[in-house]
Amino acid sequence: MGLQLLLLFMISAAIVAIEVEDLLSSVIAVGAVGLGLSMAFLVLKAPDLAITQLVVEILCLIILIRATINKDLPLIRDGRWLFNTIATVLFIALFLILAYFALKDLPAFGQPIMRVAGEYIAQGLQKTGATNIVAAIILDFRGYDTLGEATILFTAVMGVLAVIRRVGRINEK
Amino acid sequence: MKSKKEAGMTLIVKTITRLTVGLILLYGIYIVLHGHISPGGGFAGGVIIALSFIHLMLAFGRETVLKKLSEAKASILESLGASMFLSVALLGFLGGYFFFNFFLHKGRPFDLFSAGIIPLCNIAISLEVGAGLFAIFAALVFFKGAGEKE
Repeated sequence: MGLQLLLLFMISAAIVAIEVEDLLSSVIAVGAVGLGLSMAFLVLKAPDLAITQLVVEILCLIILIRATINKDLPLIRDGRWLFNTIATVLFIALFLILAYFALKDLPAFGQPIMRVAGEYIAQGLQKTGATNIVAAIILDFRGYDTLGEATILFTAVMGVLAVIRRVGRINEK
Repeated sequence: MKSKKEAGMTLIVKTITRLTVGLILLYGIYIVLHGHISPGGGFAGGVIIALSFIHLMLAFGRETVLKKLSEAKASILESLGASMFLSVALLGFLGGYFFFNFFLHKGRPFDLFSAGIIPLCNIAISLEVGAGLFAIFAALVFFKGAGEKE
């Protein structure tokens, strides 16, 4: 019951974020979606995800508010409204039909088919010595994937610093 | 209306920041070090450590913090974290295969010094994530575009 209410809250906050005209208000609505997601992680019993989601949401909100606080973008609403609406409705209908056929074969919510995961849960403490089973999986059983994740973050930071610094240096001359 | 432009925010914000920013940094380090016992780990703790430095930068202005931790030093710290993670993984080759844990004990459950290489990996990841996010913030948020004036 709580999960459905949280989902309803997140969907309505997302609609508010798209439809409102002021840029700062829509950034705050995006923050409300992130808060609802963090509480949904708590309801689904995943505290690691809830902590990480909350702090990354705070960081993204600071960056977005700092970027939008002095800007006033003009809103462009040109013609072709009918064509856009019909195309959107058609694509949503097509997606729902295909999703119905795809999702019929998934196992029920809360009863997954776990073979390797059952092995991790049964023997995680004894094989690794860590009581946090999430840390044991992402850093011991599946450490290679975490290495890929760390490489992604490293490449993203290097890319941002490379792009920003060059333009800044030309500006100072 | 300000006659001269002071860096950072008002006096109330600066006083509260002086009181709380050490606690935020300590909390981030706690989450990193206890990553194998309680929820959290390297990624969440690294972001909290970066947030404490960003808090300082928002309250006191960009120049004050960049004198202590410049962008070049943050870049070096981030590369140090990533290469530490990679070297812990490659050391496993000495014992068998990639990421094999042969040199640290498993210990008793719920001890601080337990669980093999997991605390080392957490510290390496937190260095990388924290320094990387701080470098992105310092470069991006105070960035002046090609046509903007101060």
